[in-house]
Amino acid sequence: MSSVNPDLVKERQKCTFDVQELVHFIDRGEEHTLERKELEDLVLSVKELKDETPEEYLSHKERYENAIRKASLLFKILQKYFETHNLLDIFSPTNKYRVQFGVLKDVSPFLVHMGMFLPTLLHQTTPEQAAEWVPKAQSMQMIGTYAQTELGHGTFLRGLETTATYDAKAEEFILNTPTLTSFKWWPGGLAHTANHCVVVAQLYTKGKCYGVHPFLVQIRDLETHMPMPGIKIGEIGSKLGYNTVNNGFLGFNKVRIPRTNLLMKNAQVLKDGTYVKAKSEKLTYGTMVLIRVLIVTDMAYELARASTVAVRYSVVRHQSQPKPGQPEPQIIEYVTQQHKLFIAVATSHVYRITGHWLWDTYYKVTSDLDKGNLEQLPELHAVSCCLKAVCSRDASIHIDDCRLACGGHGYMKSSSFPFIQAIVTASVTYEGEYTVMMLQTARYLMKTLKQALSGKAITSTVAYLLDFDKNSNRNWQNTPEGIVIGFQAIAAGLTKAAYDEIEKHEKTGLDYEDSWNQASVQLVRASEAHCRVIICEKSWLEAQRLTKSLSPALSKVLLELVELYIIYWALEKKGDFLVYTKMQKDDVMQLQQRYEELLAVIRPNAVGLVDGFDIRDEILNSTLGAYDGRVYERLMEEALKSPLNAEPVNTSFHQYLKPFMTAKL
Amino acid sequence: MNVNKDLQNERNKCSFNVRELTEFIDGGKNRTLERKHIEKLILAQKDELFGGTPEDYLSHKEKYERAIQTNVIILKIVQDFMRDANGGDLTNYRDVLTTLLNFVVSREGTPFALHFMMFLPVFLSQADEEQQMEWLPRAWNCNIIGSYAQTELGHGTFIRGLETTATYDAATKEFVLHSPTVTSYKWWPGALGHTANYCVVVAQLHTKGQCHGIHSFIVQVRDEETHMPLAGIRVGEIGAKMGLNMINNGFIGFNHVRIPRRHLLMKHAQVLEDGTYVKSRNSKLNYGAMVFVRVVIVFDSVNYLSKAVTIATRFAAVRRQSQLKANEPECQIIDFLTQQHKLFIGIATCHALKMTATKLWDTFNEVQQQLRGGNLERLPELHALACCLKAVSTADTAALAEGGRRACGGHGYMRSSGLPQTCAVLDAACTFEGDNTVLLLQTARFLVKVWRGLDTLKLTPTVAYLRTTLTEGFNDKWDNTVEGIIKGFQTVSMRKISECVSCMAKRMMSGMSQEEAWNMTSVQLVAAAESHCRVIIISYFHEEFVKVSSSFSPALRRVMKLLVELYTLYWALDKLQDLLKYTSISKTDTEQLQERYEDTLNALRPDAVGLVDAFDIMDEILQSTLGAYDGRVYERLMEEALKSPLNAEPVNRSFHQYLKPLMQGKL
Repeated sequence: MSSVNPDLVKERQKCTFDVQELVHFIDRGEEHTLERKELEDLVLSVKELKDETPEEYLSHKERYENAIRKASLLFKILQKYFETHNLLDIFSPTNKYRVQFGVLKDVSPFLVHMGMFLPTLLHQTTPEQAAEWVPKAQSMQMIGTYAQTELGHGTFLRGLETTATYDAKAEEFILNTPTLTSFKWWPGGLAHTANHCVVVAQLYTKGKCYGVHPFLVQIRDLETHMPMPGIKIGEIGSKLGYNTVNNGFLGFNKVRIPRTNLLMKNAQVLKDGTYVKAKSEKLTYGTMVLIRVLIVTDMAYELARASTVAVRYSVVRHQSQPKPGQPEPQIIEYVTQQHKLFIAVATSHVYRITGHWLWDTYYKVTSDLDKGNLEQLPELHAVSCCLKAVCSRDASIHIDDCRLACGGHGYMKSSSFPFIQAIVTASVTYEGEYTVMMLQTARYLMKTLKQALSGKAITSTVAYLLDFDKNSNRNWQNTPEGIVIGFQAIAAGLTKAAYDEIEKHEKTGLDYEDSWNQASVQLVRASEAHCRVIICEKSWLEAQRLTKSLSPALSKVLLELVELYIIYWALEKKGDFLVYTKMQKDDVMQLQQRYEELLAVIRPNAVGLVDGFDIRDEILNSTLGAYDGRVYERLMEEALKSPLNAEPVNTSFHQYLKPFMTAKL
Repeated sequence: MNVNKDLQNERNKCSFNVRELTEFIDGGKNRTLERKHIEKLILAQKDELFGGTPEDYLSHKEKYERAIQTNVIILKIVQDFMRDANGGDLTNYRDVLTTLLNFVVSREGTPFALHFMMFLPVFLSQADEEQQMEWLPRAWNCNIIGSYAQTELGHGTFIRGLETTATYDAATKEFVLHSPTVTSYKWWPGALGHTANYCVVVAQLHTKGQCHGIHSFIVQVRDEETHMPLAGIRVGEIGAKMGLNMINNGFIGFNHVRIPRRHLLMKHAQVLEDGTYVKSRNSKLNYGAMVFVRVVIVFDSVNYLSKAVTIATRFAAVRRQSQLKANEPECQIIDFLTQQHKLFIGIATCHALKMTATKLWDTFNEVQQQLRGGNLERLPELHALACCLKAVSTADTAALAEGGRRACGGHGYMRSSGLPQTCAVLDAACTFEGDNTVLLLQTARFLVKVWRGLDTLKLTPTVAYLRTTLTEGFNDKWDNTVEGIIKGFQTVSMRKISECVSCMAKRMMSGMSQEEAWNMTSVQLVAAAESHCRVIIISYFHEEFVKVSSSFSPALRRVMKLLVELYTLYWALDKLQDLLKYTSISKTDTEQLQERYEDTLNALRPDAVGLVDAFDIMDEILQSTLGAYDGRVYERLMEEALKSPLNAEPVNRSFHQYLKPLMQGKL
């Protein structure tokens, strides 16, 4: 690194902790850091994976073609890598595979193959089915995707229209798309990439419908790649982001598949058409919960990317002159700027810590499942719903704030913010839309409160609901622990208020579901408060546990970040605190002061903290956020790559502009 | 037209006359007729304007070429119309501009935006009469196309920090323009990339060895015949952006470029032939163009938000999802209260901001009259108002449009919905023409100044409440009416400013400099400025409604009153923490507010589609698969998908090149 911007150099000298120690902490151990770096070196050293013209200048079609080229080459590298490494850590919260962002800015067309198709084949098949399909999928002989959502149906699974009707004579299922609204719509890779697809359809046998089930369907010929007979397939068109993911649509005109293509780990259809029920309907939650769990750590990483760019840029950028005659200060000196940035850094750590806690819980619950213990599944489901919703929504807000904090330059694609934001904002609606997720958790809260009120025992993450009377009377404490208790009181209070609201509407003669709808704005609030309890409580406890083994310098900084997060939200929700706890107006002032103190304490470590995320320039892809801080030079260099800049005068001048200006058009 | 049944039902339910509301929004019956006339002219060239491959599939370069091709057609239609309608009279320039902006057909903006939004207005406000005579007719006829270059690669908000220099050479009677560093390259001006041939450049004026600060110069950038950049000028586009990719934002650098003395815009300050600098009468005079542009931004943001809510509301009426009750059909998602909560505030916001901006605009025109009489008293107030209004409006419209987009679930992520592009435009407005945080701090500066002079200053109307709410005997008993809530917001704003001032005083007592104390308090100062702006918007909306509602039919009056109510309740609930902290509101009051808010949503529900129909945005301008008037959502989604060039072939060539070799282990 020959010439690093001098402001950045100075910042790095100020840092009070060992950045490498932080890097190892984030990777969960030095050995994992080394492993991550090994893979990054392997992938990023391949010249063919780099673009001459940046993706954003290509046409939609060119982008897809380029994406297939790079994704194929990348897969080959990974394939070789897996010969000596464990493949399965790809389904865990690790930053190792984020190196893909250094190859494709806008996500790989194989995303759903790896992220959903393969896990579904692993989790929902019989051993025989797995033995047949999994090796093919792993070696890419079978490129797959997962088709659930339809053009007219998303969240409400029971409303899906695609049918799979069993024909006992032929021992086949007949897949059919009866209407326009029943076309499958959205699956990544479906359009022109995948040749197989797990299709979720209404299962009919012996004249009866048994609800939705997954089927494996071959959709394209393996030799010619032409769509199979009876299959109408294509891409759904241009989107805000994810444009190289190749989202597709799919319709069936009475397509026949063997009986054994029903994924039969849980439910089965026998040769004669007899339906054999799953041991529990809850078992199918598996993949859904897994993906929601991983979204929490994904969001942590996206926040790390965004805050790395914004913090480094804020150190390099100088603006205004608060004091006459003095040089323009770095914009990171402005407290309003620190207010936008440090919460993003803090939230990244909080989400990662919470995400790992959730992952460990998921792991435990699913291994209990295999032993037949389903008890904890509803609680895990409720926790993962609200965490998915709140984390993705908040991340998208903080990332947008980071972008706005970079002024106009954050609007440039070369800053990478538009790419990050497009990915994050999608996660607010995909895999369970925000409001729907929040209401799922609310349903669990209502059910639990009802149990609690009738004196039954309730599970651990909601145990505080029982204490709500006690809590709201407890004396206020301006500490992280005090705030966590305060959030519990709020969640309990809001849960009870929503519960009463439903009852009130019921008393006026509305039925339960109409009353539920009338109370739903409040139900969402209760759900958010509950989620805030979980995030604050778990991250605070976990941070204390995890930092015990760290150096005092690093441990101090990390705890400050988690404290910043907790106080930030206490201040954001002070209205709720004033209503549901004993917090006083003076306490608010004190918290505000402590918040500003924390901003000042974090300030000298800001660059060290984002350096600690250790995102390589090639992965970050940002003119504003590169390690050397050559912001303006890079902006100009990238601009000159625009094909429009290859010629001084564009053809449209002679064709349209000049005739118009000289009034000859 | 074959209209979706659900949408038709909604229209049958509507309680008021949609056309009446449309005419109110347009500003009168004649304006509606005028608009519809232009729409007809545009539709006559439908194929050229809207045919072919949708712009979303083109490369960056092709998009630009398409933008030039279609925009000259539109421009010619509007220009001819304007010429016929008012013979080139520019006295009500905002109307002209509004008409132009209404007909931007690309969802990523137009390369002519800057010519009309900045180049012409700056000329009108900063060129002297002779200069106007020389340049304006050519500019108005688009014989020349201009841009406005202020921001530099390394300098935005803080304009005193600009580095580009214009040094007067008395020997040749020329200015020499120069870009001394990379950071001094002009960066961002729309149209500057490959479209404009002239540009107003803001540079540090040096004469007789002295710097007189920044001034505006008109500079020819490209040859009028060949369009080649002129000697000494390095010009190009700045590259792909999150949205607005048709604006053709550019960069420009000068290598000792010479321009005549009279290319300095001389309405306010002058440089004489011998190099003598003649000062402007009043530095505040430059506020004019800034207030103008910010008001225009508010109108334009409302424009885009009305598109977003039209799309989201119609989609919510067509989309059915989940069973509220077992065995009943899936219900329209607009029946979900959570959905109404996301959408109806957007509709109300369009009206609230439009009325506020109109009022600000009228006041601004009055003040301009006073200016001519030398009365500058209200200029700082208006400037402060325009700053916070721009900041709050762009932030609110961006957030609400994004909320509307998400309320359409995944389909709102499709470009064919029109929502991503709409959100991207609104997002850009949050940082351009003054970053929102910086603007709010400007308003805060004004408020602090007023607060410190509270005992002595004569208070102008928009800040008069600072004294009223503080006066002894002010009734601070909480009252849950719209007027009561407005009073509550006034108290909040007053207390916040007061707290900021005492907080700064405390910090200065403890040894901080004034600037450090300001910086340490800036998070609270931003919040105070926002509160002030909320007071203004809510009270203007309320007052203006009361004023105009006498001319409404009873049905329209009822529904508009509900919108005022909804808007006020929404913000009261959103800012509950402030009300709890600074006013005498009780927990019971807040519960009542929540209940009334929910009742208001229910009351507006049957009129929701009528309310967005009244924005009367024709399908060709709206360009949305989800929001078209006929509600053929799913058919249009599929039709648009089939236009993707990728769908023209069943197998893409990359299969044979890469995918198949990979599958067979031969790559």
